[in-house]
Amino acid sequence: MAAKQGWLLRNHKFFERHSYILLVGILITVAIGGLIEIAPLFYLKNTIEKVEGVRPYTPLELAGQNIYLREGCYVCHSQMIRPLRDEVERYGHYSLAAESMYDHPFQWGSKRTGPDLARVGGKYSDEWHKQHLVDPRSLVPESIMPPYAFLSSQPLDFAGIRRDMSTLRVAGVPYTDAMIDRATDDVLAQAGGEYDVEAMKSDYGAIAGRDGTVLIRDFDGAPGEPSEMDALIAYLQVLGTMVDFSTYEAEDLSNKR
Amino acid sequence: MTDRSPEVDPHSGVETTGHEWDGIKELNNPLPRWWRFIFWGTVVFSIVYWVLMPAWPALPGMQGHTRGVWEQSDRVDVATTVSAARAERSALGSQLMARDAADILKDHELSQLALSLGESAFGDNCATCHGAGGRGAKGYPQLADDVWLWGGSLSDIEYTIRNGIRNGAAEARFSEMPAFGRDGFLPQDQISDLVEYVTALSRRSADPAAVARAAPVFQQQCSSCHGVTGLGDRTKGAPNLTDADWLYGGDRATIRRTIFGPRNGVMPAWSSRFDDATIRALAVYVHSLGGGE
Amino acid sequence: MAAESLRTARLDPSSAAVGIVLLVVLVLGFAGAANATDVGFAAHSWMFLIAAAAGLAALLGWHEAGDKTPTFDKAFYEEGVVKAGIVATMFWGVAGFLVGLIIALQLTWPNIFYFPELPWTNFGRLRPLHTSAVIFAFGGNALIATSFYVVQRTCRTRLAGGMWAWFVFWGYQLFIAVAATGYLMGVTQGKEYAEPEWYADLWLTVVWVAYLAVFLATILRRKEPHIYVANWFYLAFIVTIAMLHIVNNISLPASLAGGKSYSVFSGVQSALIQWWYGHNAVGFFLTAGFLAMMYYFIPKRVERPVWSYRLSIVHFWSLIFIYIWAGPHHLHYTALPQWAQTLGMTFSIMLWMPSWGGMINGLMTLSGAWDKLRTDPVVRMLVVSVAFYGMATFEGPLMSVREVNALSHYTDWGIGHVHSGALGWVGFVTFGSMYCLTQWVWKRPKLYSNSLVEWHFWIATLGIVLYIASMWVSGIMEGLMWRAYNDFGFLEYSFVETVSAKHISYIIRALGGGLFLLGALIMIYNLVRTARGDVPVEDRNRAPAAPTLQHAE
Ligand code: HEC
Ligand code: HEC
Ligand code: HEC
Ligand code: HEM
Ligand code: HEM
Ligand SMILES: [Ca+2]
Ligand SMILES: [Ca+2]
Ligand SMILES: [Cu+2]
Repeated sequence: MAAKQGWLLRNHKFFERHSYILLVGILITVAIGGLIEIAPLFYLKNTIEKVEGVRPYTPLELAGQNIYLREGCYVCHSQMIRPLRDEVERYGHYSLAAESMYDHPFQWGSKRTGPDLARVGGKYSDEWHKQHLVDPRSLVPESIMPPYAFLSSQPLDFAGIRRDMSTLRVAGVPYTDAMIDRATDDVLAQAGGEYDVEAMKSDYGAIAGRDGTVLIRDFDGAPGEPSEMDALIAYLQVLGTMVDFSTYEAEDLSNKR
Repeated sequence: MTDRSPEVDPHSGVETTGHEWDGIKELNNPLPRWWRFIFWGTVVFSIVYWVLMPAWPALPGMQGHTRGVWEQSDRVDVATTVSAARAERSALGSQLMARDAADILKDHELSQLALSLGESAFGDNCATCHGAGGRGAKGYPQLADDVWLWGGSLSDIEYTIRNGIRNGAAEARFSEMPAFGRDGFLPQDQISDLVEYVTALSRRSADPAAVARAAPVFQQQCSSCHGVTGLGDRTKGAPNLTDADWLYGGDRATIRRTIFGPRNGVMPAWSSRFDDATIRALAVYVHSLGGGE
Repeated sequence: MAAESLRTARLDPSSAAVGIVLLVVLVLGFAGAANATDVGFAAHSWMFLIAAAAGLAALLGWHEAGDKTPTFDKAFYEEGVVKAGIVATMFWGVAGFLVGLIIALQLTWPNIFYFPELPWTNFGRLRPLHTSAVIFAFGGNALIATSFYVVQRTCRTRLAGGMWAWFVFWGYQLFIAVAATGYLMGVTQGKEYAEPEWYADLWLTVVWVAYLAVFLATILRRKEPHIYVANWFYLAFIVTIAMLHIVNNISLPASLAGGKSYSVFSGVQSALIQWWYGHNAVGFFLTAGFLAMMYYFIPKRVERPVWSYRLSIVHFWSLIFIYIWAGPHHLHYTALPQWAQTLGMTFSIMLWMPSWGGMINGLMTLSGAWDKLRTDPVVRMLVVSVAFYGMATFEGPLMSVREVNALSHYTDWGIGHVHSGALGWVGFVTFGSMYCLTQWVWKRPKLYSNSLVEWHFWIATLGIVLYIASMWVSGIMEGLMWRAYNDFGFLEYSFVETVSAKHISYIIRALGGGLFLLGALIMIYNLVRTARGDVPVEDRNRAPAAPTLQHAE
C-alpha cells in the first residue's frame, strides 16, 4: 500500500505542478467520450432510416415552427414517440430519425407536461387548434396549457423567409432555387391566398417522393394577410404526416438500430 | 524539493501529504474498499452489458455497430408486443364487425369489451372536442344525448367516425350551409326576420310580424336542408331547429351569426389512425352514451 | 509634455485592452442598432451599446482616480470583484427562484397566473428564464465569485489580469441580461439550457475565454508548488464548458442584422450534441464547479484536512472522463441509435462511484469536527448539500437504466431529480459558501445572526423536501398512469386525467418553492447586516492580505 501511495504521489505531481499539462490532460480526457459517441452519427449510414415522404417544411410551416420555438412549446410538448407499447397505442407509430432530419435544431423535447405532438397533424380541425390556442380551457377544462390569444391578432412577419431558407440550405436542407425564389408567394398561397399553388405542391412533392402532404387553406379562418396563427397551425397540421409508413420496413436489419 | 515533509494528523493518526494551501492540508487516506469494489462492479456490469446489447459503433470508414449477443432491438420488441395485442383484438374486431348493434349490446361480454376499448380510445382522441363522456362543447355536438345530426344508428355513427365530416376527404360526410349574410344572399332585414323565425320554431316567443315575413324566405332558402317544418335532415347533417338542443347556442345573437356565416364544423377522419376494431368499438361506445338508435 | 502626461496617467495595459474590446463592442452595437431587422436585435444592440459606453465611462473614471489609489497591487488580494460576485449571486438567485415560483403557480392555477394577451408572461418563455437564471446567473456568479476567491488564496497570489477580472464579471452580467430579456421577447434558439441567440453566444465565448485566461494566469503565477484540488475542478469546469458551449452553439445567423439563427445540426445529430452539452452542463457546471467550492469551503470552515488525497485524484479523473459519455441517457428509446443509448446508460452507472468519491471526501473531511454540525449552521448547510449531492448522483444512475427511464422520462420524476440536485446540492453549497465568503471578505469575526442561518436552513430544507417528494409522487404516478392498462388490455387513462391527477402535487411543490425563496430572503437580510458592519470588524483580519502573500519556498 505504501508503494501505491508513493506511485500516485509521485506521478500525479506531473499534473499538479504544471498548469498547462493539467489543462491539456483535462481537454484530452473530456474530448474522448464525445468524439466516440457523436462522430459515428455522421458517418454511419443507418443513423437515418430510408423512408419516403419526408420533405423540408414549406415557408409557411417553417415560419410556424419558428413560432413554436419562440413560444417555447417544446418545454411542455415532446415530438418523439418512443417504441413502447403504450406510446404507440396512444400517439401512433414511433418516431423515426428521418422524420426530424430537417429540424434545425431537433424538437424532441424532454418533458411531457402536455401530450406528445409528433403525430398531431390531422388529428384535429384547424378551427379546433385555433380555439385551443386562444383558450385551451374552453375545450379541455382540466388543461394547464397557456393561452396564446395574441397569435390571432399578430400578422405573420415573413419578410425574411427567403433568407431563412437560404440559411437552412447552407445547413443541408434541400431547398431549390425555385422554392426560395417563390417563398413569399408560397406563404400567401398556402394560407389560402389567390396564388398559384401547383408549383409549390409539385416541388415539395418531388423532394418527398410523395404528394399530398402540402395542405393549402386558410388555417385560422380569417381571410387576408396570414397571421401567426395561420403559420403555427400549418406547422401543427403537418407534424407526423409526411412519412409513408407502407415503405418502412421495421424488420429490415438497417432499421434495427 | 519544495514539498513540506508529511506529518501525522493528531486526530486520526493518518499521515498528511505534506501539501498545504491557505491552511488546508490533505490526509493520505486510502480509497475505501467498498468504493473500489462497487466501482469495479459497475465496470464489469457495463462490459457484460456491452457484450449482450448493441453497444460500440464502427470505426470511421466502416459501417454498423456491435449488435450484442442478444441482438435486442426496441423496434422489433415493440412491433412484437403491439402485433400480439392487435391479434388479440382482431378476434374481437371480427366479432364486432360480424354482428349488428342490438346483437352486440345483448352479448354482455362482447359489449363490455367493446365499451372498454371504445372508452379508452375516446379519452385521448374524441373528448378533446366532444368533452369527457361526450358531454359536448360549443360547436362540437353532444354525443351523450339522443339528438343526431348525421344519424344515430351504429352504422351511421361508425361511418361518421371512420370518415369524419367536411374534412376535405372524398368519403367524408359533407354539406355546407351557405353564408347568407357574408356572401350577400340575403339582406340584413331578412336575416333579422329569420332569427325571429328560428326562435319561434323552437317554441319560444318571437315577434309575430317578423315570423310572418320570414316564413316564405325560410321555405325558399332553408327548407331544402332543415326541412319544411325545421325538423332537420340527416342526409345533410342539417340540425333540427325545433328542439332545445343547439350546436352553437339558441340565443338570437348566435342564431344571427350562424345565418350570416355558419361555421360548418369539421371533424377529422379516423380510418387512418385506428384499426377497424377500434373504430367499431368507438361506435358502440358512442352509441351507448345516450341515444344510440 | 504629452509623453509626460501619459506616463503620469500610467495607462494600465489590462485596462487599455479592456477599453479596446469595449470600443469594438460599442461600434458593433451601433452598427447593430442602426441596421437591425427585428425588434429583439435592435433592443439587444442598444443594450450592448449602452453597456459598452458605461464600461468605457467607468474605465475612464477609474483611471482618473488611478493616481491616488494603488490598483492591481500585487501585495493585496483582489476582493472587490468577489464582493460584487456575492451581490450578483444573491440577486440572481432570488430572481430565479421567484420565476420558478411563478411558473410553479402557473402550472397549479392556470386561470389566475396566465395572461392571454401578454406573450412574455407565458410559461414557455418564463421557464427558460427560470432555468437560465438559476443555473447560469445564480450558479454562474457563485462559481465566478468563489473561483476568483479560492484561486487567489490557494495560489497565494493576486488575481492575474488586472482589469480583466472585472471584464469577466460585468461581461457575464451583460450576457445574462441579454439572455433574460431575449427569453421574454421570444428570442431563443430553442435548445434547452443553450437558448440564447448567436450574438449572445459569441459574447459569452469572449467572456469565457477571458475567464479562462484570468484563472489560468493566476495559477501560473502561484506561489505554491502544487495546484490545489479545488482548482483542478474549477479548471475542468471552465475548459469543458468552453468546449461544450462552442460546439453546441454552432449555428448560422439568417442575417447579421437579425436575431434568428439556425443550428447547423439537425434531427438526431442535433439531439445528441444538445444532450452531450446538456448533460455535461450538469456535469461540469453544476457538479465539477460546485465540487471545487466544496473542496475549499468545507475544509476551510471546519478547519480539518481534506480526507483523502488519493480519492481526490481518482475521483477527479474518473469523474471528468466518464461524465462526457453519459449524455445519451437523456435520449433513451428515442430515434437515437440504440448503441449510443447503451453507452449512455453504462457510463452513467459507472459514474456512480466517481460521483460519490466527492461526497465521501466532503463528508469525511468532517471527521474530528462532527460537533461543528451542531454549533455552526453554515457547516450544516454545507454538509447537507453534500448529502443531497450523494442522493442526486445515486438517483441519476438509477434513472439512466433504460427500463427505469422508460417510466421516468418526460415525467415530473425528472423535475424532482433536477431539484434535489439543484436546490439541495447547488443551492445549499452556494448558500454555505456565500455565508463564509461574506464573513471573510468583509472581515467579520462572525455572521450577523447564526439563528437566522438556523431559520434559513430549516425553512429551506422543508421546502426542498416538499418539492422533491411531491415531484416523485406526481412523476411516478403519471408515469404509471400513462402506461396503465385496464382489465381488457386497453389504455386506462387519457392524458388529461394524468394532468388533473397532479394538481395536489403541484400545490405542494409551489409551497416548497415558496419556502425555499423565503429562506433565501432571510439569508440576504443576514448577509447585508453582516457586510454593512452590524458585526464589528475582526481585528485579526483587519490587516491587509499582504502578509499572507509569501514567496513560494
Ligand atoms: C404549460 C405547458 C404547455 C405549454 C407551454 C404548451 N402546452 Fe400544449 N398542452 C399542454 C397540456 C397540459 C395539454 C393537454 C390538455 C389540452 O389538450 O389542453 C396540451 C395540449 C396541446 C395540444 C393537443 C394535443 C393532443 O393530441 O390532444 C396541442 C396541439 C398543443 N397543446 C399545442 C401547443 C402549442 C403549439 C404550444 C405553444 C404555442 C403549446 N401547446 C404550449 C400544455 C402546454
Ligand atoms: C376536431 C374536433 C373533433 C374530434 C377530435 C372529434 N370530433 Fe366528432 N365531431 C366534430 C364536429 C365539429 C362534429 C359535428 C360536425 C357537424 O356540424 O356536422 C362532430 C360530429 C360527430 C358525430 C356525429 C354526431 C351527430 O350528431 O351525428 C359523431 C358520432 C362523432 N363526432 C364522434 C366522434 C368520435 C368517436 C371521435 C373520436 C374518435 C370524434 N368524434 C372526434 C369534431 C370532432
Ligand atoms: C345546404 C344546407 C343548408 C341550408 C340551405 C341551410 N342550412 Fe342551416 N345548417 C346546415 C348545416 C349542415 C348546419 C350545421 C352546421 C355545423 O355543423 O357547423 C346548419 C346549422 C344551422 C343552425 C345552427 C343550429 C345549432 O344547433 O346551433 C341554424 C340556426 C341554421 N342552420 C339556420 C338556417 C337558416 C335560417 C337557413 C336558411 C336561411 C339555413 N339554416 C339554411 C345546413 C343548411
Ligand atoms: C451521477 C450523476 C447523475 C446522473 C447519472 C444523472 C442522470 C440523469 C438522468 C438519467 C436524467 C433524466 C433524463 C431524462 O429522462 O430526461 C437526468 C436529468 C437531469 N439531471 Fe441528472 N444525473 C446525475 C446527477 C445530477 C446532478 C448532481 C444534477 C444537478 C445539480 C443533475 C441535474 C439534472 C438535470 C438539470 C436534468 C434535467 C435535464 C432536462 O431534461 O432538462 N443531475 N439526470
Ligand atoms: C424556488 C425555487 C424553485 C422553484 C419553485 C422551481 C420551480 C421550477 C418549475 C416549476 C420548473 C418547471 C417544471 C416543469 O416544466 O414541469 C422548474 C424547472 C427547472 N428548474 Fe427549478 N425551481 C426552483 C429552483 C431551482 C434552482 C435553484 C435550480 C438550479 C440551480 C433549478 C433548476 C431547474 C431546471 C434545470 C429546470 C428544468 C428541468 C428539466 O427540464 O427537466 N430550479 N423549476
Ligand atoms: Ca388567415
Ligand atoms: Ca445558444
Ligand atoms: Cu444527464
